[in-house]
Amino acid sequence: MSIMRRRHPLFAVGKYAALLFYLAFALFPLYWLLKIALTPDALIFSEGTRLLPSAMTWSNFSAVLFATDFLAYFGNSLIVSLGTAFVTTLVAAGAGYAFSRFVFAGKKIIIAVMLITQMFPLLMIIAPIYKIVADLGLLNSLTSLIVVYTAFNIPFATFLMQSFFDGIPKDLEEAAMMDGCSRFQALRKVVFPLTLPGLGATLGFVFTAAWSELLFALMLISRNDAMTFPVGLLTFVSKFSVDWGQMMAAGVLALIPSCLFFIFIQRYLVQGLTSGAVKG
Amino acid sequence: MIARPLEPAVPGNSRARRSLYLQYMVEPFYYLAPAVILIGAVMMMPLIIGISYSFQSIELLNPFKTGWVGLDNYADLWTDRKFWIALENTFFWTFWSITFQFLLGLGLALLLNTQFFGKRLFQALVFLPWAVPTFLSALTWAWLFNPVIGPLPHWLVAVGILSEPYNILGDPDLAMWGPIMANIWFGVPFFAITLLAALQSIPSELYEAAEIDGATPWQSFTKITLPFLAPMIAITVMLRTIWIANFADLIFVMTGGGPANSTQILSTYIFTTAFRKLDFGYASTIAVALLAILLVYALILLWLRKKLVRI
Amino acid sequence: MAHLELKDVSKSYGPVEVLRDINLQIADGEFVVLVGPSGCGKSTLLRMIAGLEPISGGDFLIDGAHMNDVRPRDRDIAMVFQSYALYPHMDVGRNMGFSMEIRKEPTETRRSKVAEAAQTLGLSHLIDRLPKALSGGQRQRVAMGRAIIRNPRAFLFDEPLSNLDAALRVEMRLEIARLHQKLGSTMIYVTHDQVEALTLADRIVVLHGGDIQQVGSPLELYERPANRFVAQFIGSPTMNVVEVEGGETGVTTRNGTLISVPRTSDTRRATALGIRPEHLEVVDLNQGDLTAVADVVEHLGSDTNIYVKVDGIGPLMVRKHGNIPARSGDRIGLRIQVENAHLFAPDGTTLS
Repeated sequence: MSIMRRRHPLFAVGKYAALLFYLAFALFPLYWLLKIALTPDALIFSEGTRLLPSAMTWSNFSAVLFATDFLAYFGNSLIVSLGTAFVTTLVAAGAGYAFSRFVFAGKKIIIAVMLITQMFPLLMIIAPIYKIVADLGLLNSLTSLIVVYTAFNIPFATFLMQSFFDGIPKDLEEAAMMDGCSRFQALRKVVFPLTLPGLGATLGFVFTAAWSELLFALMLISRNDAMTFPVGLLTFVSKFSVDWGQMMAAGVLALIPSCLFFIFIQRYLVQGLTSGAVKG
Repeated sequence: MIARPLEPAVPGNSRARRSLYLQYMVEPFYYLAPAVILIGAVMMMPLIIGISYSFQSIELLNPFKTGWVGLDNYADLWTDRKFWIALENTFFWTFWSITFQFLLGLGLALLLNTQFFGKRLFQALVFLPWAVPTFLSALTWAWLFNPVIGPLPHWLVAVGILSEPYNILGDPDLAMWGPIMANIWFGVPFFAITLLAALQSIPSELYEAAEIDGATPWQSFTKITLPFLAPMIAITVMLRTIWIANFADLIFVMTGGGPANSTQILSTYIFTTAFRKLDFGYASTIAVALLAILLVYALILLWLRKKLVRI
Repeated sequence: MAHLELKDVSKSYGPVEVLRDINLQIADGEFVVLVGPSGCGKSTLLRMIAGLEPISGGDFLIDGAHMNDVRPRDRDIAMVFQSYALYPHMDVGRNMGFSMEIRKEPTETRRSKVAEAAQTLGLSHLIDRLPKALSGGQRQRVAMGRAIIRNPRAFLFDEPLSNLDAALRVEMRLEIARLHQKLGSTMIYVTHDQVEALTLADRIVVLHGGDIQQVGSPLELYERPANRFVAQFIGSPTMNVVEVEGGETGVTTRNGTLISVPRTSDTRRATALGIRPEHLEVVDLNQGDLTAVADVVEHLGSDTNIYVKVDGIGPLMVRKHGNIPARSGDRIGLRIQVENAHLFAPDGTTLS
């Protein structure tokens, strides 16, 4: 802003102090996580609260990876999150396309219902879902998690996809239809290639959401070999609440996929967070 | 030019015969059906079932006590001291979380709306907490509050808030501030991003005009920026309030509602009742109560908005 | 090439009727322009012919075959969009050959046809470019290339020139005229610009408020407009219309001037008199039918536009070929060429 630049020099000092504060606030917890993960076990208690460790080790990471079940949890989470991301994006792309391109009976109602699902306490349906899944004999299955997560993420992903489709002129599909495409062909050959960034962003958002979901996974998964990362880590915490280094190393590992996707979807954060309206 | 015979639409297919009107009318539903079916089956149907649970006794640990019980669950709720504590805690949790998230978010958005060196990197780094999985945010903050491996208790002693370094998550008077802290950390980016988007939509001519008219920076902030942001702020705060009131992950992981229910909010109470006690009837009753409170809240807000807009 | 026929075609969105009882025959190889102010339904009509909008009522036939329920892809009609609608992720060659790609025609045929069309339109050197690397005129050419390559039964143009600047618009207009001469195909062209309509069309269809006002050749519309709307819409500058009172032998203007109109049979019903600016003659004071004061005079070189005020009648516009030494404030006489004047009934229809 032009006004800011012409202010008193004290403002500049204040501004950089504020920038520094925000940076420290955002990064310090993550730094700490990494620091403890890299601190050798023997030093944790003696210098637990020092800002810099006096020695570093990767042993916590190798222990987590090779001596515990975390690799399996990691794999389960990856399957669930990727599965959810792909199915959700596909289904939401269809719905978002319908919202963007068609005028039809019941459109307003369907949009309203989707908005409402974003607002009521999801925990409200945790009991019925548990019973339904149990009755179907699908407890401890990753598929049931994928189905549940997919449904949870569809409304948000649909609004996001709609905003991407809205950015593509309708003329293009109509031109393709005049050129001999069916609507679906036009979608596939013309609209789809142009929405690739949007599809990617949606994929990223949904992956991030599914990766961090905990409560439904806790409820629906109890067998060790089907646990997702959050569930596994939480059980790990309650079982071995003294092995700090390993827990934090596991935490750092859980952070990696989220960070990768975050870098990828950064450009779309504004669109993502404002179109979903309530998605956190 | 050679005249070409008309190619049959879709050879031998009766679909070409069907009215275009009908085709165009049915078409959107092909694209919409999977989403509608999934939401219907996995969200709307369980929602209705969940409401019906609140009139039943369903305890998985006590299978012989199953059946319709009318309003018994609601009567229990009325006399349940834990419920009222949780309700109070929900207000406390939501109010302080949203207040700090909003104020810090607004500050960050205003900063990001200025120019400075390394802005892109700065923006990426301060938004990073948003991408951290919630269970991990919760664990990280729980660890930070642990005097053995976390620095926070020691810092709190240094500034005189605590008399000796102990874990505030174990102190019924202070425990709620732990999850609130984690929630602020996690939620500031969301507010900053939405407010930044709104800030950037304010035409810069307005500031230039105000400057020419002799407005001080503070005046242009209160007379231009805030009124422009107001609608966005109202909507974001309203939706975010609902979201935070429902948000159970942080508290569940950090304190599990304890010590002595001092951090139990309604959503964690629902979850622990369902997850630990497997008492689905009562969990659903609390959920219906929470839903009703949120509904009343939303209606009041809508009504307020209507009132304010008219002026 | 084809013969198109619209019988009682109508279009409504819910209770809102946007087009009513459209009847139109378009002959093989004819260039028809649909013209009207925005919101008159001309684009909707074109989109119904294309199949992008379903037809609410009536019948649409191509070469006698019923087309109402045929999808756009099966109508064998090409369309050039206002926005050009070039596929941004395909190069010029693929854009032009896309229809053949969809029909799975062999690559060789595709390539040679694209090359041929590119040659015709002067696009050969741009064939590997993406649309974003083209100028407005070049994009327009690619859009046309995409249409002609298909050798369709009819071409539709939806305001194809409105995104171009004035000079380019004239050039592309000529290009389209040339294309029609060369291909001899049936073409339907939508525009709100009457100059485009008058210069391109074999026949013009004037639409207003969902109804066809008049169908005819450009000269017919200019010389014998069916009603006051067409009279004022077609022709530039716009026709002057003066409120009058009908009488036995002529009409009387508000300031009491009697103008005898011999050609008209039923002058008694007339309530308005229409006279084009070029049909008002500047004469010496007191020599003509009216006395006027020049308000603004525009010297265009080839023509002179004089905006005048006439007591009791109001402002009129006069166009004179060549230069005349009139100046603002001059009092001049005006003579109405009554053989070129038009009389309108209260409902707006022309009295003949």
